Amino acid sequence: MKYILLIISAVLVNNIVLTQFLGICPFLGVSKRLSTAVGMGGAVLFVMTLATIVTYLIQNYILVPMGIEFMQTVVYILIIAALVQMVELILKKVSPALYQALGVFLPLITTNCAILGVAILVIRKEYNLMESTVFAIANAIGFTLALIIFSGIREKLELLDVPQAMKGTPIALIIAGLLALAFMGFAGIV
Amino acid sequence: MSQWQNFTKGFLKENPVFILLLGLCPTLGVTTTAINGLGMGLATTFVLVMSNIVISLIKGLIPDKVRIPSFIVVIAAFVTVVDLVMAGYLPTLHEQLGIFIPLIVVNCIVLGRAEAFASKNTFVTSMIDGFGMGLGFTLAVVTLGAIREALGAGAIFGFKFISGDAILIFAMAPGAFIVLGYLIAIVNKMNKGVK
Repeated sequence: MKYILLIISAVLVNNIVLTQFLGICPFLGVSKRLSTAVGMGGAVLFVMTLATIVTYLIQNYILVPMGIEFMQTVVYILIIAALVQMVELILKKVSPALYQALGVFLPLITTNCAILGVAILVIRKEYNLMESTVFAIANAIGFTLALIIFSGIREKLELLDVPQAMKGTPIALIIAGLLALAFMGFAGIV
Repeated sequence: MSQWQNFTKGFLKENPVFILLLGLCPTLGVTTTAINGLGMGLATTFVLVMSNIVISLIKGLIPDKVRIPSFIVVIAAFVTVVDLVMAGYLPTLHEQLGIFIPLIVVNCIVLGRAEAFASKNTFVTSMIDGFGMGLGFTLAVVTLGAIREALGAGAIFGFKFISGDAILIFAMAPGAFIVLGYLIAIVNKMNKGVK
């Protein structure tokens, strides 16, 4: 039950993009097509889960025992960068099909603040390993959900007559605002 | 390009938020009030200036292949400095900005300037560039914060000018997206008018 609540809270109530403002860059950048949105969502799910587990273990078995928690930011970003590179290399060797699908999105993920954000959040919220893993997966699903809904709307938007100055990012941001408004309706169910 | 132009280009012509669309996560996340925006803007400016200085000084020593990770380590070091200093001297602001302080590390403005400018230019030019860009970012987040605070709480920099509740939605998540969307549209319109 605890995990179900955790998932609902992360996916709908505290959606990572629409209420926490993490991962806005890929949210605006790769949401022009539905297919790229799905690919990005898959890559984020993979890396976010892995990165959260690894940084959690490093935090609790290396940084805390040695008393160097202030190195958190430096260590985490290096781990995430290295992890993304490693995933890219392994995927290329082991599963070329999956690499084809996710490959182009992987380098972009290093600077996706959602990954570092979730890794730091699970430490701040003092989750245990199991809760952290569930939290990371749920957040990745929330990210993908927001991205897919948003890209569906943007595909339709291309056919509409938008004022010149509003074209592109401004109208996309306003739509994101309306989506956030819709997601606020979920507040209070958990 | 003169040093003065180099300094002022970040304000409007190449404003990191309104024109280049970089660093949108902190821009949206911390601008519930003008003060929070100012704190975030100045913290980012400090990181930008310091990392631009260090990177322009050590650019000759870094092999090309590992330059991005090296830049990130330099940036992360200064972010840690800001994090600790803020926690020590401005605990309330630190609490309010929360997770967005360590996330300055993945703010695309900082890495973007390091890669696009500081790795190719001299120490003084890079420092001026970092300062100008940082102030441009600060200008953007303070504007957004002030508008959201005025509409959402009826106050600016904490001084209330209407009593009672205002349009609360502007202080919450949807307001951030909508106000920023309109601001970018206005800047677009102005730039077209100038041309």
